[in-house]
Amino acid sequence: MLANLASIDSLFYLSGLVAVIASLKVVTGNNTVHALLYLVVSLLAVAVCFYLMGAPFAAGLEVIVYAGAILVLFVFAVLMFGLGKDETTHAPQNKGLANMFGAMTLAFALLIEMVIIINNGDMQQSLQADVIDSKAVGIMLYGPYLLAVEIASFLLLAGLLAGYHYAKPDISEGQL
Amino acid sequence: MTSIPLFHVLILSSLLFAIGFVGVVARKNTLFILMSLEVMLNAIGVAFIGAGSVWQQADGQVMFILILTLAAVEAAVGLALLIRMQKKYRSLDIDLLSQMKG
Repeated sequence: MLANLASIDSLFYLSGLVAVIASLKVVTGNNTVHALLYLVVSLLAVAVCFYLMGAPFAAGLEVIVYAGAILVLFVFAVLMFGLGKDETTHAPQNKGLANMFGAMTLAFALLIEMVIIINNGDMQQSLQADVIDSKAVGIMLYGPYLLAVEIASFLLLAGLLAGYHYAKPDISEGQL
Repeated sequence: MTSIPLFHVLILSSLLFAIGFVGVVARKNTLFILMSLEVMLNAIGVAFIGAGSVWQQADGQVMFILILTLAAVEAAVGLALLIRMQKKYRSLDIDLLSQMKG
């Protein structure tokens, strides 16, 4: 019964729906930390979409770099801001797990999806049929796109310098 | 591409992009604007991966990796600027930045 419902198509639409709902919650949220939580769920849902579209390498990168690195950067920044007054006074009181319920439900739907995909042999085979593997991506990156990779590395260096420059303590204001 | 039509992938991508765009335009908190920018970049990644998997070319994923680099740099510089703003104004309201001249 479950196998009929669970085609690659329907799983893709479900994870797309999760991504849209989570993104809406990000944009309309009041509390910064809750919005970040929903942003993680949105990125994970998009990663599941990538996996279903036959790009497991991009799905892994999405989880590791986006959800793992960029979002952690956001969390560190939010910690440094100390959650300004305008955010916390209007936020609801601490209700235990109730605040996390929505994001956890969405993430749980994604988990169930992944379990269905991994357990279904037919689906695995049809996904394996047209996967673009990381070897092809690597050959493209260091072949025709070599100049783009170099420019991206310059961009990273510029970002590093800019981050250092802006976060440096101001000399004119005395010590930090 | 297995069985997902490209049209539906593009619909998902443009939906996510529209949500992020509304967030960038409508929100006052600069941190939320940065998060909406991430949503927008992510939506563009969906479009690239979908197109790359329709034509069975690796170019889509290459472009996605470049977008990922761009998103990382954008988040780092944006957050550093936000830390400066928080130190200077004690607030993240973007309207405070409307007084910048020259």
